[in-house]
Amino acid sequence: MTARNKVLVVDDEQQIRRLLRAALVRADFDVAEAEDARRALTALETEKPDVVLLDLGLPDRDGLELVPLIKQRSQATLLVVSAREATDQKVTALDLGADDYVTKPFDTDELLARVRAALRHRVTAQGGVPSVTVGDVEIDLVRRRIFKAGVEVHLTPKEYGVIEVLARFPGRVITHAQLLKSVWTHEIEHHVEYLRVVIRNIRQKLETDPQQPRLIINELGIGYRLSGGD
Amino acid sequence: MRQTENRPEPEALLRHAAQEGRGRLKVFLGAAPGVGKTYEMLSDGTQQRTAGVDVVIGVVETHGRQETEFLTRGHEIIPRISIPYQGHTLTEMDIDAILERQPALVLVDELAHTNAPGSRHPKRYQDVEELLDAGIDVYSTINIQHIESLNDVVASFTRVRVRETVPDRILETAEIEVVDIPPDELIERLKAGKVYIPEEASRALNHFFSKSNLSALRELALRRAAQAVDAQMLDYVRAHALAGSFAAGERVLVAVSEQPHALGLIRATKRLADALRAPWTAVHIETRRSRDLSDAERASVAEALALASQLGAVTATIPAADVVSGLATFAREARATQIVVGKSARSWWFEFRHGSVVDRLVRSVSDIAVHVLPAEEGEAATPPVSRARQNRWGDPADYLWSALMVAGVTALGRLLFAILDLENVALLYLVPVMVAASLFGLRAGLFTGALSSLSYNFFFLPPTGTLTVSNPENVITIVVLLGVAVVTSQFAARVRDQADLATSSARQNAALAGFSRELTVTANEEELMQAICAELARLFDARAVLLLPSGDGPQLHAAVPPENRLEQIELAAAQWAIEKNQPAGRGSSTLTASDWLFHPLRTGRGVLGVVGLARDDAGEPVRADQMPMLMSLLDQAAIVLERMQLERDMRGIEQLRERDRLRAALLSSVSHDLRTPLTTILAASAELKRKHTPQLIGVIEAEAQRLNRFVANLLDMARVEAGALRLNIEATDLTDAVASAVHDTRHMLEGHAIQLEVPPALPLVRVDPQLFHHCLINLLDNAGRYADPDTPIVIRGARSTDGVTLAILDEGPGIPPGRESQIFETFARIEGSDRTKGGTGLGLAIVKGFAEAMGIGVFAANRVDPRGASFTLTFPNALLMREPNVEKTR
Repeated sequence: MTARNKVLVVDDEQQIRRLLRAALVRADFDVAEAEDARRALTALETEKPDVVLLDLGLPDRDGLELVPLIKQRSQATLLVVSAREATDQKVTALDLGADDYVTKPFDTDELLARVRAALRHRVTAQGGVPSVTVGDVEIDLVRRRIFKAGVEVHLTPKEYGVIEVLARFPGRVITHAQLLKSVWTHEIEHHVEYLRVVIRNIRQKLETDPQQPRLIINELGIGYRLSGGD
Repeated sequence: MRQTENRPEPEALLRHAAQEGRGRLKVFLGAAPGVGKTYEMLSDGTQQRTAGVDVVIGVVETHGRQETEFLTRGHEIIPRISIPYQGHTLTEMDIDAILERQPALVLVDELAHTNAPGSRHPKRYQDVEELLDAGIDVYSTINIQHIESLNDVVASFTRVRVRETVPDRILETAEIEVVDIPPDELIERLKAGKVYIPEEASRALNHFFSKSNLSALRELALRRAAQAVDAQMLDYVRAHALAGSFAAGERVLVAVSEQPHALGLIRATKRLADALRAPWTAVHIETRRSRDLSDAERASVAEALALASQLGAVTATIPAADVVSGLATFAREARATQIVVGKSARSWWFEFRHGSVVDRLVRSVSDIAVHVLPAEEGEAATPPVSRARQNRWGDPADYLWSALMVAGVTALGRLLFAILDLENVALLYLVPVMVAASLFGLRAGLFTGALSSLSYNFFFLPPTGTLTVSNPENVITIVVLLGVAVVTSQFAARVRDQADLATSSARQNAALAGFSRELTVTANEEELMQAICAELARLFDARAVLLLPSGDGPQLHAAVPPENRLEQIELAAAQWAIEKNQPAGRGSSTLTASDWLFHPLRTGRGVLGVVGLARDDAGEPVRADQMPMLMSLLDQAAIVLERMQLERDMRGIEQLRERDRLRAALLSSVSHDLRTPLTTILAASAELKRKHTPQLIGVIEAEAQRLNRFVANLLDMARVEAGALRLNIEATDLTDAVASAVHDTRHMLEGHAIQLEVPPALPLVRVDPQLFHHCLINLLDNAGRYADPDTPIVIRGARSTDGVTLAILDEGPGIPPGRESQIFETFARIEGSDRTKGGTGLGLAIVKGFAEAMGIGVFAANRVDPRGASFTLTFPNALLMREPNVEKTR
C-alpha cells in the first residue's frame, strides 16, 4: 500500500469544505483546504496534492483562470466542482486542461468515484495500459482489437479511433472538440453529427442494449466518457 | 424654470379647495391717474392682513406720496429683481421669489406695466396670470385707458394714446372695484401736485385732465365695471341654467385685411360683440392677391388676428377666389348676424377695377347686418405701402412674342390683301390680340392691341404708309381691338387665378393628407415623433424638434435635422409651453428671445408634449398665414401620438396585471412546494436523532432531490419568462437524449417500468441538448407523478413524413377533457385529485417554453386504451439532419 493520496479542496464556502473533508477522509484520502485562489496556489507548493477539487466562484479570482496555472505548476489531477451549469463553462474548463467536471449540488459517492477514476488516469497516462475492460467489452490498445464477450468485433477506422481516445482515459469526459480533433482533422471540429453517427454505430456493435447505453456515456452538450469500468 | 407647484400648507390647501386651484384677481379700476387706486389697494391689503391673511407686496409705486408710503409699512415687501438693460439697471417684480414665498395674497401695482426686456414675460399682466395659476390671489390696479378694447375710445376724445394695454379677458374673470373721485376733486389734487405724471407726458396731459374728459373717463370706468358685474351675473345664470332669455344667436364677424386700420376695427368689433354679448370671429380672406403682400403687410394681418384672439375672438384664415365671396360664404357657414368691415382706403382706381368690396358684400349677404367703420384718424394717414410687383409688366419676352405675332399677321394680311383685295383684314389682328391677352395678361394684350392698331393703320388703312386715319369707321376698329385685349385678358386672368387657387388649396390638402399618411405608418412612438418632426420640417422648411415633459424638464425625443440641440432659454420656453398649454418663444408673446417657436401638442387629456420650429436664418419660424395649417397639423399629430401612448399604457397595464397574477400564483406555489419537502426533511431528521433508520435517510435524500429539481425549474422558468434563452444548437441523437433523461429521473420514476421504443436509426435532430434534456426530464417527472402506481411509462420515437415525433405515454387519470392546451400555462395545475400529487405546475410551462424556443412542437392528449395521457414532441423536417458519411472524411 503506497502513501495515501492527498486532495486539495479549493472552495470559499466553509460548509462545502467541511462536507468534502468528511467524505474524503472517510474514503481514505488526506485533505488540505484553501479558501481562495492565492492560498490555493501556495498550497499547491506546500501540500503537493495528487488531486485538486476546484470551485470556479472564488472571491479573489475566477477559477477558470486558475485551471491552466494549476496544470502548469503541478502534476495533480484537477476536478472542477462548480454550481455553474452552463455547458460552455464546462467545455472551457475541460479544454483548458481540467480532468473532469462535477456540478453542484453533487452526489458525494459520484464525486468520489470521479476522483478515483481521475487518479487511475494518472497511472494509465504514465505507464501506458495495454488494455481496458468495461463490463464484457475488452479494448486491446496494443493490438488495436476489440472483444465483446470474448468475440472479436470489427470496427471501422473512425470507430476504433473514437473508442481508443475514450479508452485512454476511462471515466473521464472527453469533449466533442477533443474527440473530433483526434480522429478527424480540424475542419470538422464543430460538426458534432459525425461523432454522433460514429458513437451510434459503436453502440450498435458493442452495447448490450443500444437504447440504454452503459459503455459510452453521453455528457450533455460536452462530450463522451467511457464508463468507469469498476 | 422654477417649479410653481404649491407646497402643501394647510392654509394653501384650504384655499385651493375653495377655488379649485386658481387664485382670484381683484382689480382697482380708475378713470385717470391720481384717483388713488394704489392707496385703495394698499388699504384693502392692510385690512386683509389684519384679518389674518398672508399678504405681501409684489410691487407698489408710491411715487413719493407719503400717505401711500405709510400704508406699505407693515407689509412684507418682496425685493425687486434687477435687470441690466442698455447700461443701466431696471428693477422688476421678482415673480420667482413670490412663487417661492407662496403668500395667500400679493399686491401688484400697475397691471398694464411693460416689463424690462429680458424679463420672463413682456407684460406684467402675464406675470399676474402666472401668480393666479399658482393659486395666489392678486390685487392690482389699472386705469381705464389701458384696457385694450377701450384704448381707441379713450384716445378718440383725449387725443392721448397709451401703448400699454391689458387684454379684456384678464378683467373678465376679475372682481373690479372702481376707485372713483369727482372730476373737480381730481383736478384739485392735480393742481396740488399730488398726481404723479411722467415728465415727458406732462404737456399732453394738460388737455387730458380737462373736466369734460375726466367726466367721460369716469363714465367709461363705471360702465366697464357694471359690464363686468353683468357678465359675471350672466355666467352665473348660465351655469345654473336659470333662464334662456339672453340674446341668443348673435354672432359677429370682422373681416381683417392688410389695411392699417385693422387694429381699430378689431377693438371696435370687440366693443360691439360685448354690447351684444355675442361671440365673435375675426377672419382674414386669403386670395391670390394675398401672395403679393409685402412682409410688413403680412405682419399687420398676423398682428390683427393675434389682437383679436387676445380679445377673445375666434380667428380664421380662409382661402377664397375673392374677398367678397369668401367672406359671404364664411359668414353664412358661421351663422354670423353682424359683419364688420373697414371703409376702404383704396384708391378710386382700385375700386373701379375690382369693384367696391362693401357694395358687393352688402348685396351678397342681404340678411346680415354689415357695419362699415371708417378708418381712424392718425392710422389711415399712413398710405398703403406700394407693392413692388415684379410681375406687373411681365416678361419682356412676352412683348417680343406679341410683336412677332403682329408682324406675322401683318405679313399674312399684306399677302391676302394683294391677292384677294380683302376689306376685313382688321379681323386678322384679333388673333394676336386674343392670344397675347390670354397668355401674357392685360398689359401685353393692350400692347398688342395698340401695336395691331398701328400696323393696321400704317399698312392697310388709306393713306397707307402713314399713321393718319381718314375714315372714322376705322377708329372703331382700333377701339374694338383694344376692347378685345382688355376683356380677354380679364377672363384669362380669372381662369388663371382659379387654377392657381385650386392648386394652392390642393397643395395644402395634399400636405395634410400626406402628413397623416406618414404618421399612420409609424410603428412606435419614437418613430412617430421623428416622422412628425420630419414632416413639419419639410412643410415649413424649418428645423423641428419634439419634446416630451419629464420629471426634470422637457426631454428632446425627436429632431430634424437630428443634430438639433436646445439652449437653456429654449428649454425654458418649451417648459413654459408645456406647463401653460400656450405657445412660447419666437413669434409668441412669451420668452421671445428664443430662436425657436414652441407649440404645445394638446388633446382632450392635456398637453402631451411640445413641438419646436426654427428657421436656419433665425427668422420667424412660421408665417402668420401658415399658422392655421400648423394648428391642424399639430392637432393631427397630437391625436396620433395620444392614441399611441394610450395603446402603450393599455399594454403596460395588461402586462402588469398578468405579472401580478403570475406573482401571486408563484408565491402560493413556492410556499407549497418548498414547505412540503422541507417538512419531511425536518421530520425525518428529528426521527434520525432518536434512532438511525436507513429508510428515513432515503426519504431525506429523495426530498432534497425534489427541492433541487424545483429550484432548477424556477431558474429555467425565469429564463423563459425573461425571453433570454441562449441556444446552443447541436446535432443530437435522440437515443442519447432519452437515455440521459431516463438516467436523471430514475429516482422519480421508481415503481414504473420504462419502455424505450426509440428506433436507433432515427435521424439526428438539431436542438440545444441542455434545454431538450430539461424538456424530457419535466415530461418524465410529470408522467411519474400522474401515472397510476406500477404502470409502465412508454417513450416512443417515430419517423413520419412531417418529421420525427417523440411521445411519452403514461397510464393514469389523463388530462381533464378540454384542458389539453391549458395545462402548458404557467402554474396551471389540473384540478381535482391531481392537486395532491404536488408539483409546481411549472414543469409543463418550461417544456413548452423551451420546446418552442427550439422550434419543437408540444401536444398533450388523452389515450383511450390503456387510459392515460400522452405528451408528444414533434420535430419538423427542418430540425432533422442528414447523416454524414463519416468514414470518407478525414
